[in-house]
Amino acid sequence: MKRTLLALALVGFGWSAHAQTLVKIGHAGPLTGPISHIGKDGENGARLAIEDANAKGITIGGRKAQFELVGEDDQADPRVATTVAQRLTDAGVKGVVGHVTSGASIPASRIYEQAGIPVITPSSTNPKLTLQGYEVTFRVIANDLQQGAAMARHAAQNLQVGKVAIIDDRTAYGQGLADAFADSLKQRGVQIVGREFTTDKATDFTAILTKIKGRQPDALFFGGMDAQAAPMLRQMKQLGIGARFLGGDGACTSEMIKLAGDAMSADTYCTQAGIPMAKMPGGAQFNERFKARFKTDVQLYAPYSYDATMALIEAMKTAGSAEPEKYLPALRKLNMQGITGTIAFDRNGDIRDGGVTMYRFSNGKWEALN
Amino acid sequence: MEIFLQQLVNGLVVGSVYALVALGYTMVYGILGLINFAHGDLVMVGAMSALQTMLFLMGVTPGMSPLAMLTLSLAVAIPVCMMLGYTMERLAYRRLRNAPRLAPLITAIGMSFLLQTIAMMLWGRNYHTFPQLVSTAPMQPVAGVFVTPIQVTIIVGSALIMAALIVLVTKTKLGRAMRATAENHRVAALMGVDTNLIIALTFVIGAALAAVAGVMYASNYGIAHYGMGFMPGLKAFTAAVLGGIGNLGGAMLGGVVLGLVESFGAGYIEHMTFGFLNSSYQDIFAFIILGLVLIFRPTGLLGERVSDRA
Repeated sequence: MKRTLLALALVGFGWSAHAQTLVKIGHAGPLTGPISHIGKDGENGARLAIEDANAKGITIGGRKAQFELVGEDDQADPRVATTVAQRLTDAGVKGVVGHVTSGASIPASRIYEQAGIPVITPSSTNPKLTLQGYEVTFRVIANDLQQGAAMARHAAQNLQVGKVAIIDDRTAYGQGLADAFADSLKQRGVQIVGREFTTDKATDFTAILTKIKGRQPDALFFGGMDAQAAPMLRQMKQLGIGARFLGGDGACTSEMIKLAGDAMSADTYCTQAGIPMAKMPGGAQFNERFKARFKTDVQLYAPYSYDATMALIEAMKTAGSAEPEKYLPALRKLNMQGITGTIAFDRNGDIRDGGVTMYRFSNGKWEALN
Repeated sequence: MEIFLQQLVNGLVVGSVYALVALGYTMVYGILGLINFAHGDLVMVGAMSALQTMLFLMGVTPGMSPLAMLTLSLAVAIPVCMMLGYTMERLAYRRLRNAPRLAPLITAIGMSFLLQTIAMMLWGRNYHTFPQLVSTAPMQPVAGVFVTPIQVTIIVGSALIMAALIVLVTKTKLGRAMRATAENHRVAALMGVDTNLIIALTFVIGAALAAVAGVMYASNYGIAHYGMGFMPGLKAFTAAVLGGIGNLGGAMLGGVVLGLVESFGAGYIEHMTFGFLNSSYQDIFAFIILGLVLIFRPTGLLGERVSDRA
C-alpha cells in the first residue's frame, strides 16, 4: 500500500514537471567594458519581460511555459560576440534578444542563422545586419539609414548649416551612422569639411578637434557613444569651438547630460531611433515598474529589449510551439502592441514603423523637437 | 600656426600624464626587471578614491573651497594607492621575486584584472562625473591658442613632481639605496641596504605618482570609470619603452614625445601621407615611431642602463 502511494506520488511529480515546458531565452550584450551600463539596461528590460510572462502564466501548445533568461556578456566585442552566440546556441535557447551593438550583432548573426535561432536586436541600428539575406535576424528599432537621414535633413533645413565636420568611432555602429549622415548631407549639397576618426575607448580628442577647428565648421557630427561624446563636447568648449554638436542615439542618453555637465547647451542635438519614453504607448508605466524592480533609471534600450522578448514569446504563443522552425513564420507575421509601439516586421526583418525623433538639449534634459 | 601651437599644447598635456604614469613603470622595471601591468589601474584607483572623497566632502561640508577639497581628496587618494602598491608588492610580487620572469609578469596582468573587477564591484559599471575643481573653461586665448587652468596645472604639476623625484633619486640616501638595489640586489644587501624595504618603497612611490596622474587625468576629462586606467597605462608603458625602460629621464622624455607624436600625428598624418592615411591611424602612427626608435636605438631614446642590466 505504502509503495503504491509512493509510486503515485512520484507519478504525480512527474506529471506536474512534464506539464510545464522550460523555454530558455538568451540575452547578449556588453556587461563589462565602457558601455556595460547600456548592456545591463537591455538585460534588465529582457528580464522584466520574462518575469512578466512567467507571472502571467503563458501556455504554449496547451502546456504551461516557464521562461528563463540566459544572460551573456559579449563585451561589445565582435570576437567575443561569436563565442557568446555559440554558447547560447549550445545552451539550447529558443530565441535571442540582442546583441546590443552592431559590431557584435553582425558577426554573431551568422551563428544564429546556422543554428536557426531567431535573434531580435533591441538596439543595433547598422543597416547591414538585416541585409545579409538571413532568415533569423530581426530588429525592433529604426536603423541608421533612417536616423542619419533624419539628422541630415534637420541640419540642412532647420539649422541651415553650410559646413559640417564628421567624427566616428570606427565601430560598425558609429561608422554606419556617420556614413548614412554624410551621404544624406551630400545629396542636400552641404559641404563636409572634415572627416576624422577615433576609437570607442578614447577619452582625448583634442588633436582631431584642433584639426577640425582649423576648418571652421558650423556643426560637428559624432557617430558613437555617450562615453566618448561627453568628453568630446567638453573638449570642444575647452578649445573654443563654437560649432553645434550633433549626435546619434548613442549620445542621446541621460548619461550624456550627466557626463558632459555644463558643456551641454542649446546647440547640442541628437537623434533617437524610436520615440521618446514619454510618448511610448506604455512608456510611463514601464519606467515606474523598471525603477521599482531594478532601482535604477532606464538608460536607453530597456523598453526595446522588453518588446523584443515579448515578440519572441508572442510568436511562440501564436505558433503553439517554442521550437524556432515552428514559430519563425509567426514571428515574421507578428503584429503586436508593445511598449514602444506596434511591433511588425518588413521583409528584411526591420521594424515597419520605426520612428526617429530629434532632440535638443534644453532645461537640463533632452527635449523632443517634432 | 595657431593650429600647430594648439596641437603642441594638446600633446604636452597628454604627454605630461603619460610621463607621470610611465615613471611608475620604469622605476619598478629598473629595480626588479618587472613590468607591473597593474600600474595603469592604480591610476584608476587614484581617480576613483579621490572622487569618492570629493563626493563625501560635498555631502558633509557643501561650502568647502575647491582647493581644500582637491587637497583633501589627494590626501586620501595618494595613501590609498600607496597602500595598494605596497600590498601588491608584499603579497604577490615579493614571493615571485626569484621565480622565472614570466610568472610575475602574468601575475601583474592578473592584478590588473583583479583591480578592475574590484573597482567595478565597488563603483559600478557606469561612468562617473568627476568634479572639475580646477576650472576647465579656456582662459583668454594667446595667439589663438586656448589653454585651460587645469591644463596649466597638469603641465606645471607633473614637471614639479618629476623634478622632485629626480632630486629624491639622485641626491638622497634613499635614492642612493634605490640605485644600488637596481644595480645589484645581492651586493646592495651585503652593503647593508634593506632591499625588501627599498623595493617596497619603489612600488609605493610609483603608486603615489599614479594617484596624482589619475586625479589630473580625471579632472581634465571630467569623467572617471573603472576601466579608465587601461589606455593611459598602455600608452605610458609604451612611453617608458620609447624613452628607454628603467631610465627615469627616459620615461619623462618618452611620455612627452609620445603625447606630441599622437597629437601631431592625428593633426597632420593626412597631409604627410597625401590623404592616404587619416586620423584612424593615429595610434598606429605612434607605434610606427616607437618601432623606428627601437630599430635604431634598441634601448630607447635614453636607455643606456638597460644594456648593462641584461
